[in-house]
Amino acid sequence: MSPPIPAPDVFPNKSPVPAEQSGSNRPKLGVYKFASCDGCQLALLSVENHLRQLADSVEICYFLEASSRIVPGPYDIGIVEGSVTTAHDAERIRGIRRDCRYLIAIGACATAGGIQALRNWANVEEYLSYVYAEPQYIDTLATSTAISEHVPVDFELRGCPIEPQQLLRVISDLLVDRQPRLARHSVCVECKLRQNVCVAVARGIPCLGPITQAGCGAICPSFDRECFGCFGPQENINAASWIGHCRSTDHATSRLVQLLRNVNSYDSHFREAGDGLIAKSISVEPS
Amino acid sequence: MTEVRKFSVGALTRVEGEGALEIHLRGSQVERIELRIYEPPRFFEALLRGRDLREVPDIVARICGICPVAYQMSACQALEKALGMTLPPEISHLRRLLYCGEWIESHTLHMIMLHAPDFLGFENSLEMARKHPDLFDSGLRIRKLGNDLLTILGGRAIHPINIAVGGFYRTPSAERLRGLLHEIVWAKTKLPELLRQMADWNFPQFEQDYQFVSLHEPHEYPLNTGCVAASDGLSIPIEDYEQHFREVHQPHSTALQSLRLPSLTTYLVGPLARFQLCRSQLTPAAASLANQLLGSVPLRNNAFSLLVRGIEVLFAIETAETLIRCYRDHGFPCRVEIPRRSGWGCHATEAPRGLLYHRYEVDEQGQISTATIIPPTSQNQAQIESDLRALVPSLLSASDAEATRACENLIRHYDPCISCATHFLRVRWRQNGTLRREGEPV
Repeated sequence: MSPPIPAPDVFPNKSPVPAEQSGSNRPKLGVYKFASCDGCQLALLSVENHLRQLADSVEICYFLEASSRIVPGPYDIGIVEGSVTTAHDAERIRGIRRDCRYLIAIGACATAGGIQALRNWANVEEYLSYVYAEPQYIDTLATSTAISEHVPVDFELRGCPIEPQQLLRVISDLLVDRQPRLARHSVCVECKLRQNVCVAVARGIPCLGPITQAGCGAICPSFDRECFGCFGPQENINAASWIGHCRSTDHATSRLVQLLRNVNSYDSHFREAGDGLIAKSISVEPS
Repeated sequence: MTEVRKFSVGALTRVEGEGALEIHLRGSQVERIELRIYEPPRFFEALLRGRDLREVPDIVARICGICPVAYQMSACQALEKALGMTLPPEISHLRRLLYCGEWIESHTLHMIMLHAPDFLGFENSLEMARKHPDLFDSGLRIRKLGNDLLTILGGRAIHPINIAVGGFYRTPSAERLRGLLHEIVWAKTKLPELLRQMADWNFPQFEQDYQFVSLHEPHEYPLNTGCVAASDGLSIPIEDYEQHFREVHQPHSTALQSLRLPSLTTYLVGPLARFQLCRSQLTPAAASLANQLLGSVPLRNNAFSLLVRGIEVLFAIETAETLIRCYRDHGFPCRVEIPRRSGWGCHATEAPRGLLYHRYEVDEQGQISTATIIPPTSQNQAQIESDLRALVPSLLSASDAEATRACENLIRHYDPCISCATHFLRVRWRQNGTLRREGEPV
């Protein structure tokens, strides 16, 4: 079990990351938005006591939400929020990859396509005509996909939203060229550490905690409700066992599929588990 | 030959979401103004269909990382109306407290980190922080108070998880809430001091004859409830909203623009509108500070929204203090049971950026069959364009850089939330292959 993640105390002023072609000797940071809610970028502004320290350690060169100052690339670290949903964005991410030495995808949208990936099971033309009066004005792809489906990504930081302290930790690791490492065990471990009564066992509520990656502090079970998978699947996920447990407590297939198809629906593990459940229910109950 | 000139802002900065601005001039004539919203659509209204209604508060939160509570509050109350549910007053009080947390968090984010640098001549708040550390640090400390309220009530500040149709999953701890009183007392002294400094800043002179629209309650400043009021005397129940306002789809935008019927005129929602229509309902310290800083003359300059946001933060802090001091965390159910029945309901609340309207239809299985969401920024978009059309002729002698900066500053007064504006926006319903007219009852 990994120890709890400590908040970084110090950002090193001198970093081995080269500050290329820069007037400043601080490493350069770019922050980019794709299809998303802005919540993960906001996490960067929500590190409260560490924010000014962060600004002293890196030069913020591209961060439209926070600054009108744009310094041309290349950058040492690129942070990407959001999923790819337009042809233009599929092109834009390639340019960003070229501009950034390290590229970090942050949040469920950038690492799994986000809630908007629910369109991947639907007919996007039908979605367009449901939402817009003039669908011909809208440019969109049929799918919403993770950044890593388009370009190589150096680190994926999960969560919907991400945990601000984890982002600080990843940035400070990269500043000293250290491989960031975060807990990959399940939410159940955090839940036990908080001494919660298990909502799945004690109350029979279907909970995604046993197969979801830790990082949130098991907040949902701490509030007497089920985990719905904000941090995506844990390492070595055993979805079959989870499905078996839920089945033994008589939960409807449709409820389990909806739990899997939420903010991380298009992550490959959750996707396969959900699709498998549906395929099985069709073969068992032909319509 | 008449000079042709183009101002353009390729990417608006210090706003939420992605947009651009283009202004085409021929001589002194404004030929075309486009606030282009290129933020990609996410189709929330479409993807909500078929979901269990209990999932709605978690899903709609993802529309906006800055004001998720606004979406959760409008959605929960619309669904509770659809199901004919009545909630105990304790839950309404907790929801009001939760909304205060979001106003504090969202307003201070905009005031200190996005808006203030314009007035002090900085490109971002971190540069500003080096010269004005007290403003920045105190602003962030007040914002943390908002985030702490959201965390205690909602589990976390961004995308809270404790919000349910029918109430809360778990009753928030009174002891933890009372632990915030010390910060509240500090903020009630510090915030007026900061606002007095801000009132001395140089505000651009630009006045428009706005039609203000906001919720209105006779006895309290509006957050979760009210009738829809306008400065021309309109006062209607929320259920009649779609008969008085309509969205239109412009080619240059993934967001729809909302206009006032019958003559499709622009209107303004948000802090300035609420303040003009509801200032007599402000809490005592906020009301008195408003009189000192803004006098009693009607406001027609949206640059003053900076100060109005600050006054609304003070209102939210005073309200939070009262609610926390009266709160007991026992003696009421944290959640009312959800009945199994079909129905439809609509509701509006006051998001930090203005009126946010939701309408849902629920089937007998407890699933969403239709959803409509009209966010504040799509209502303000036509007004922003109208403001720009009025502003640009005064910028003809300015350099391109100065002119575009003035336009961008004007847009920032609105605190636009482009991610929100983008993802819904529809003017007609298509259900089972048939078209339904806007505003027609479900």
